[in-house]
Amino acid sequence: MNQEIFERVQEIVVEQLDVEEEKVTPQAHFQNDLGADSLDTVELVMALEEEFDVEIPDEAAEKIATVEAAVEYIDEKLKAAA
Amino acid sequence: MVSLLSKRVVVTGLGAITPIGNTLTEYWEGLLGGRNGIGPITLFDASQHACRFAGEVKGFDPHDYLPRKDAKRMARFAQLAVAASKQAIADAQFEIDDLNAERVGVILGTGVGGLKVMEDQNEVLLTRGPSRCSPFTVPMMIANMAAGLTAIHTGAKGPNNCTVTACAAGSNAIGDAFRLIQQGYAQAMVCGGTESPITPLSVAGFASAKALSTRNEDPTTASRPFDRDRDGFVMGEGAGILLLEELESALKRGVNIYGELIGYGMTCDAYHMTKPVPSGMGAMRAIELALQDGGLEPDMVSYINAHGTSTPANDPTETQAIKKALGDSAYQVAVSSTKSMTGHLLGGSGGIEAVATVMAIAQDRVPPTINLTNPDPDCDLDYVPNQSRPLKVEVALSNSFGFGGHNVTLAFRKYSP
Repeated sequence: MNQEIFERVQEIVVEQLDVEEEKVTPQAHFQNDLGADSLDTVELVMALEEEFDVEIPDEAAEKIATVEAAVEYIDEKLKAAA
Repeated sequence: MVSLLSKRVVVTGLGAITPIGNTLTEYWEGLLGGRNGIGPITLFDASQHACRFAGEVKGFDPHDYLPRKDAKRMARFAQLAVAASKQAIADAQFEIDDLNAERVGVILGTGVGGLKVMEDQNEVLLTRGPSRCSPFTVPMMIANMAAGLTAIHTGAKGPNNCTVTACAAGSNAIGDAFRLIQQGYAQAMVCGGTESPITPLSVAGFASAKALSTRNEDPTTASRPFDRDRDGFVMGEGAGILLLEELESALKRGVNIYGELIGYGMTCDAYHMTKPVPSGMGAMRAIELALQDGGLEPDMVSYINAHGTSTPANDPTETQAIKKALGDSAYQVAVSSTKSMTGHLLGGSGGIEAVATVMAIAQDRVPPTINLTNPDPDCDLDYVPNQSRPLKVEVALSNSFGFGGHNVTLAFRKYSP
């Protein structure tokens, strides 16, 4: 897992979901562990899109359940664009 | 008329977040002291606006009442409402629990709801496109969300509603809540009004309608109800909340009773979108209906908290309405407009003004109309100019009138068994 991307994702999740940084581990599940509801999730995805200047389609966003999944998805997108 | 079987309804809790104080005590002391809550607009850059001042709430921290994440997802009018509602419930020492939750409801009025959210998101829509609009756009903006969120944050699962009758909304909320308790549909109701209308679009729109004062050179004297030199209303923000309770419930709990709500009158001018009917007949009928509803005679009224907006049209029209409804007794009544201090909170005004009316009854003091230095000859009642005064207040009325021709009067009485 790309550490730099993880740290940027972590920072956004802390800000968006108002959770403590220690809780935002790679394995953390957005809904089960970090208290995100359906509206929070939409807003979080939008924030990630802005931060990394990538597009995350709804079908992809629905499958991203954990912090690590988000980091992996963004990493692949960035590599594909490079 | 209400049947003999209807329940008596008393006020056991009050909450207020206003331009002159963020607690009941600060607000009431501010009113009695003639405190002025009007100043330059700081909530946005108003330098291009015709009106550049308002009555802003100062030093309000929503996190005193709400978790951070929740506060972030709420428009300011809803934050103010939840905060003032929590104050009122605490003031009444009322516990909402599993046993009573379904018998405790919420009705909150607002005129423009989350207008600021709509303005901000419309900017996002136009500059960055539809895909960037927040998923919280609609839930934050809609006017009923103050009542919805107050229920979420207090656990009140009973009747829940939102009145949107412009500047009469707060009073309609209290009147409608009164009826629900009278008729046995609820044991207690959190009710009142909330508003946060100091936004670029709202100030621009009201200014274009020529409703706002443009006394930019001297904002603290701009809200001057019943004065010859008034030139429009001054916008304010905040929330005023009453905890209404069935009398038996309050007695059983042994709590302080501020006063009893005994009458509710509601009419419409059916005349013009923004102008009151010049004869004042719509407002007169609202006052008369509230008196009839409470079984009151005109000479029993000691105090009226007027709508008193400081617009050229309202103040003489309301004066006529009071005189027609009360007859000769009108000249014996103390009438004041506390908007002279707070500004006009639109849908919130009925809330904070009901709080002031109830406090006048509870404390036998009436707040003044400040900035009344040059009385309008068409406004010839006793407006309690510039100084509060002690007065035995047995019965008091609160008037609220709104764009659309809505007229509402609430009648409160000192509680006696």
